[in-house]
Amino acid sequence: MFWGSRKTIDMNYFPDEVLEHVFDFITSHKDRNSVSLVCKSWYKIEKYSRQRVFLGNCYSISPERLIARFPGLKSLILKGKPHFADFNLVPDDWGGFLYPWIKAMAKSRIGLEELRLKRMVVSDESLELLSESFPNFKSLVLVSCEGFTTDGLAAIAANCRFLRELDLQENEVEDHRGYWLSCFPGSCTSLVSLNFACLKGEINLASLERLVARSPNLKSLRLNRAVPFDTLQRLLIRAPQLVDLGTGSYIHDPSSEAYNKLKAAIQNCNSIRSLSGFLEVAPCCMPAIYPICENLTFLNLSYAAGLQSNELTRLIHHCRKLQRLWILDCIGDKGLGVVASTCKELQELRVFPSDPFDAGNAAVTEEGLVLVSEGCPKLNSLLYFCQQMTNAALITVAKNCTNFIRFRLCILDPIKPDPVTNQPLDEGFGAIVRSCKGLKRLSLSGLLTDQVFYYIGMYAKKLEMLSIAFAGNSDKGMLYVLNGCKKLRKLEIRDCPFGDTALLEDMGKYETMRSLWMSTCEVTLGACKVLAKKMPSLNVEIINESEQTEFNLDDRQKVDKMYLYRTLVGHRKDAPEFVWLL
Amino acid sequence: MTFEKDLNIDVTELRLGLPGTSEESERQASTTLRISNKRALPSVAAEKQCDQETAPPTKAQVVGWPPIRSYRKNSLQTKKTEVETSGMYVKVSMDGAPYLRKVDLKIYKGYPEVLKALEDMFKFKIGKYSEREGYNGSEFVPTYEDKDGDWMLVGDVPWEMFVNSCKRLRIMKGSEARGLGCVV
Repeated sequence: MFWGSRKTIDMNYFPDEVLEHVFDFITSHKDRNSVSLVCKSWYKIEKYSRQRVFLGNCYSISPERLIARFPGLKSLILKGKPHFADFNLVPDDWGGFLYPWIKAMAKSRIGLEELRLKRMVVSDESLELLSESFPNFKSLVLVSCEGFTTDGLAAIAANCRFLRELDLQENEVEDHRGYWLSCFPGSCTSLVSLNFACLKGEINLASLERLVARSPNLKSLRLNRAVPFDTLQRLLIRAPQLVDLGTGSYIHDPSSEAYNKLKAAIQNCNSIRSLSGFLEVAPCCMPAIYPICENLTFLNLSYAAGLQSNELTRLIHHCRKLQRLWILDCIGDKGLGVVASTCKELQELRVFPSDPFDAGNAAVTEEGLVLVSEGCPKLNSLLYFCQQMTNAALITVAKNCTNFIRFRLCILDPIKPDPVTNQPLDEGFGAIVRSCKGLKRLSLSGLLTDQVFYYIGMYAKKLEMLSIAFAGNSDKGMLYVLNGCKKLRKLEIRDCPFGDTALLEDMGKYETMRSLWMSTCEVTLGACKVLAKKMPSLNVEIINESEQTEFNLDDRQKVDKMYLYRTLVGHRKDAPEFVWLL
Repeated sequence: MTFEKDLNIDVTELRLGLPGTSEESERQASTTLRISNKRALPSVAAEKQCDQETAPPTKAQVVGWPPIRSYRKNSLQTKKTEVETSGMYVKVSMDGAPYLRKVDLKIYKGYPEVLKALEDMFKFKIGKYSEREGYNGSEFVPTYEDKDGDWMLVGDVPWEMFVNSCKRLRIMKGSEARGLGCVV
């Protein structure tokens, strides 16, 4: 036993095992952190019984310290690069490497079972080491990662004998063609979830069929584009128990035998609640899936560029129980009207641009959003790429839906005012934050002045993450936010006129936050240096992609990109040349 | 709703510059704006536009905007360029011709175009297509082999589906052809 003699302290009426059992019921990370602060004895018990750890920033602590703190670690979530890296604002080789974590955990014989990564650089070497070091490894989820090839996946398939979950979401994977699937040994029958939709290359179809056939627990299967229609049909026959399906290619002749077989197979799959894929699609084949639509709670058609508005609305008519919908903007405002009248249980809506670079062509406007807000009172999470937005619409939406937790609006022209009144969108967003008291995440766009930040600072008391681009007039804007949003954890700003005064006004604030990103703002090198010097608990990093070195850059010069974050371990050792650690 | 005194009415004026910038600072702003070399936000570099490539003035590409993941952006672009660049060559045989030809199905927008191209290539005439009677009345009938290995009449299925399922083409001639056009 790790904690030595069981001394009974007056306050503690229970032996440690009982406390540990009680702590088992406390699953939220925040709560467990609180538990460990109560007293030394609780700290110890919690420390050794903790199995699940979440690190929002992999540089906030070192692998060695993490392992020392939680030797019983079984499940780890790691996030690497700053969020704006998703949009190409962070150069390659910035950091976020997985390997040191695997190496340290392997060395300390951590019994790792689950690993979930976001925006990290994952090498084949790290995947190989992982597959060889943790005999009970069960689950690997990679989101928006890069650096690996299908060879790394082959190692996972071959060596993780009890693998339950391999979930690859939107990663850039170098595809060495399909042999990796064949590396799952015949004895591997434990798969519950397999998602390889983001792989671009060919797949060994026969291996896939055999794998699915010997996986009776398979609940989630998401295929890539290389998996054709007739293979899909055969897979569905073997896995009628599926709960989550992502099709690959979905093109066939609707009068063919294969199509009829698929129709029959789908009708047998009455557990499917989540549907995605249609990476290439023939609209005339969509009727085959109508029978399962009535039970769907999640529908993701955001990659189905081959479906036009009328097909989409025909499909949506059948989806009365939908709670989450991800769709392309070709659905149009009218189509969103169909969503509004059909999907009364809708909680989350994401509308992506089908033509991101043609700002004049986005097919949805404020009208679609208003319709959805009127028809779907349970709406609490929104990501909406649109052509334009008006204050009146936002005010209406705020009145109709007070439950927003996430509200992300992206007008394709980033500084577009209200087209009806030519006013900035301050009042509209103001209404949102005033009305949605539980708002945790907000992304702004459109023409915006300091006024919108005044409202945010005043009303968005639960706000944890704020993304700002091309907005504001002065330091006042940023200060309203820093002073008013007490729960703020992540602030990311690009192309705004916020400078040194705002940055340095309340330096202690950043210790209460995970990170701050500022790019193409008015912040100078000198101010960053001051901040770094005054706050040793923060890492202040400058990304400089120009030719200039640290030595000939004037303190008065503005920095391209600054990323600061709190940390327990000081400067990181793996920063590339273009990242200056102040 | 009152704006603070400092904010003058200019900020609500419809302009295409960054909020908070005035005429003089605009030039300064343009150097800090991260833009790709080819295009610029319309207001910031109006004078640069004359020597730009032929990009419509309202289209601008700012790095990292709109904020969608590279993976998603790349897959949308792939879909577009795939159609544009990859080409879909299939063999075309004609009964009685000494050798086969190849055509790129991707360059055609529909059946009339490709049939005309085949007519030109092999110097023959195809009759009119009707759903009921196929190419009844003509000596030559265009057929294709689909993914299932069956020989189908060209023109029955939607164009996209045809392009995706056609493996090779064969121009049938004579009595064999007429048999295919019959409705039972």
